[in-house]
Amino acid sequence: MLEIKNLHARIAEDGTEILRGVNLTVKAGEVAAIMGPNGSGKSTLSYVLAGREDYEVTEGDILFNGGSILEMDPAERAAAGLFLAFQYPMEIPGVATMEFLKVAINAQRKARGQEELKIPELMKRVREAAQSLEMDMGMLKRPLNVGFSGGEKKRAEILQMKLLEPRLCVLDETDSGLDIDALKVVADGVNALRSPDRAIVVITHYQRLLNYIVPDSVHVLYKGRVAKSGEKDLALELEKNGYAGLVGEAA
Amino acid sequence: MNIQTQIRRTAAEEALLEACAVRADGLPGDARVREKRARAVELLKRGLPNRKVEIWHYTDLRRLLSAVPAFDPTAHATPREPLLAGAAVLPVLNGVAGKAPVPAGVTATSLAERLADGSEAALLEPADAHDTVAAVNAALAGDGLALDIAAGAVVEQPIELQNVHAGGQAHTRFAVRAGAGARATIVERQTGEGQALVSSVSHLEVGEGADVAWLIVQEQPAETTHLGQINVRIGKDAKLTLFVMNTGGKLVRQELRLVAEGEGSKFRLRGVNLLSGETHCDVTMVLDHAAPATVSTEIIRNVVTGRAEGAFQGQIRVARDAQKTDAKMACNTLLLSDEGSFSAKPELEIFADDVACGHGATVTEIEGDHLFYLMARGIPEKTARGLLVKAFVAEVIEELEHEPAIEALEARLDAWFAEHG
Repeated sequence: MLEIKNLHARIAEDGTEILRGVNLTVKAGEVAAIMGPNGSGKSTLSYVLAGREDYEVTEGDILFNGGSILEMDPAERAAAGLFLAFQYPMEIPGVATMEFLKVAINAQRKARGQEELKIPELMKRVREAAQSLEMDMGMLKRPLNVGFSGGEKKRAEILQMKLLEPRLCVLDETDSGLDIDALKVVADGVNALRSPDRAIVVITHYQRLLNYIVPDSVHVLYKGRVAKSGEKDLALELEKNGYAGLVGEAA
Repeated sequence: MNIQTQIRRTAAEEALLEACAVRADGLPGDARVREKRARAVELLKRGLPNRKVEIWHYTDLRRLLSAVPAFDPTAHATPREPLLAGAAVLPVLNGVAGKAPVPAGVTATSLAERLADGSEAALLEPADAHDTVAAVNAALAGDGLALDIAAGAVVEQPIELQNVHAGGQAHTRFAVRAGAGARATIVERQTGEGQALVSSVSHLEVGEGADVAWLIVQEQPAETTHLGQINVRIGKDAKLTLFVMNTGGKLVRQELRLVAEGEGSKFRLRGVNLLSGETHCDVTMVLDHAAPATVSTEIIRNVVTGRAEGAFQGQIRVARDAQKTDAKMACNTLLLSDEGSFSAKPELEIFADDVACGHGATVTEIEGDHLFYLMARGIPEKTARGLLVKAFVAEVIEELEHEPAIEALEARLDAWFAEHG
């Protein structure tokens, strides 16, 4: 489903190279974890996948369902089925959350040639998704993410993911800022989305989240490359020995 | 050898004086009104103000008013659907007041009558030598509407003063008096078709304890010059919300001259300027806090696209005995094009020593982070920008506490963005 080939990317503004030849393949139905120390390029990878303009791809390619997405803007990628759950979801004053959900869902449906959802159907779906994430509907009347706690923001991200039904979910440090109860709720939300035709990429610094979202594969990003890949045990190994041991191995 | 003291008049100045000469005899008015008109014409003969006149600094009228079309006696303006559903529309078509029913508690008189019997005379006096908008209007206006809202009347039905032109020239006056404790929502709609010079001068008196919302909605076509002015006196413990929305016009000057003259009066100005194309739009406010314990807040939000240019001048004067005045002013601009511009000039003149006054002005672009976030959810760029622009100004509109007004103005906003965003 996702093939990242020799991906090089730099910060557009100052040319700093962050990704230095990432190779990664994630199949449909697979849950892949990407781990790595701070500064290894994890967040950059997620932004480059989503198409953020602040980064320039200088070499390599990203194939999604067999086709390159490099020329697509973020909205086109999203409509094609790619979803990034942000590490730090933006607060957007003046845009009511409910209105935002309506516009986003219907924009994607329109791009896929589906009919727009009518308000009652939309409300029903939102209510069900919010209930499953133990979210208060009152929150959805507020401006998007404004004044939400860290945990509320992460739940709101998963809510959007459920409603948008993407083919590929990229979760960037979804565990950061969550207490253990919230973490379980969020992980349950993600696990409910596991399906044979959907791939999930979980980016995380710590192994903790992977106790709840158990990955099929684990990849260690180090200095802008995938330094090591393995099965879920690799995450435990990293937890025990730290990245230092691995660095020695990779170097 | 002669020393030339008179600067050569521009074609527009000539045309304006020509219009005054042609119109003079046909306009209603007693001796007092005729005298005021003659003085207004004298003021205009000194020439239109240029940028050296401080209050016209951002709108060099002499340079910008490039042409003054002649009156068009064949122009036929038609009333519009009200902006607020269910509002009582009182039309003024090409400067001539139409007849229409008014809500209970409100009495309407044609301004032509007030000019004919001289009761309007005192209001024809320009504030000073640079009060060009008042002078143009005093010299050329022959009609309009006067409304009297009875003391204690609670007028639920919004009233729309609808000033519509169909090209040429249209000069209109409105005079509204809200009696003590009265409540009303008034829309001053400025619209029309074709190339025109429009002037519209309003006088509003908000009586003791009255609560008035006055919404100026200027949506002139791109060929129209609009010179607007509202003069307001706010009485003791009275409340006024003045909302100004500019979405059109070629050259627009919108003057707001207010006196908080009653102790404990509260004033809110909320402004939304949506500027596109080649528009030049200037909102100039002069607010006198003339009595103690008066409160005012002014928030202006501007969206600028194309080669439009805008300006907001906000002058707040706090008189020596207007202690405990609380005034806060903010002007925020969202620039959507490199060729557009907006100038903000807040000005505080404080003669009292126990006051709280503040102001701020910002110019920003759409936040890249916000745009990326919305797009990452599948919202196409244009729609995402629209949402963010709408969010920027909707905050101000939503303060109106009047659901039909909020809906109508947000619909205007959507329409503007669909066309110009």
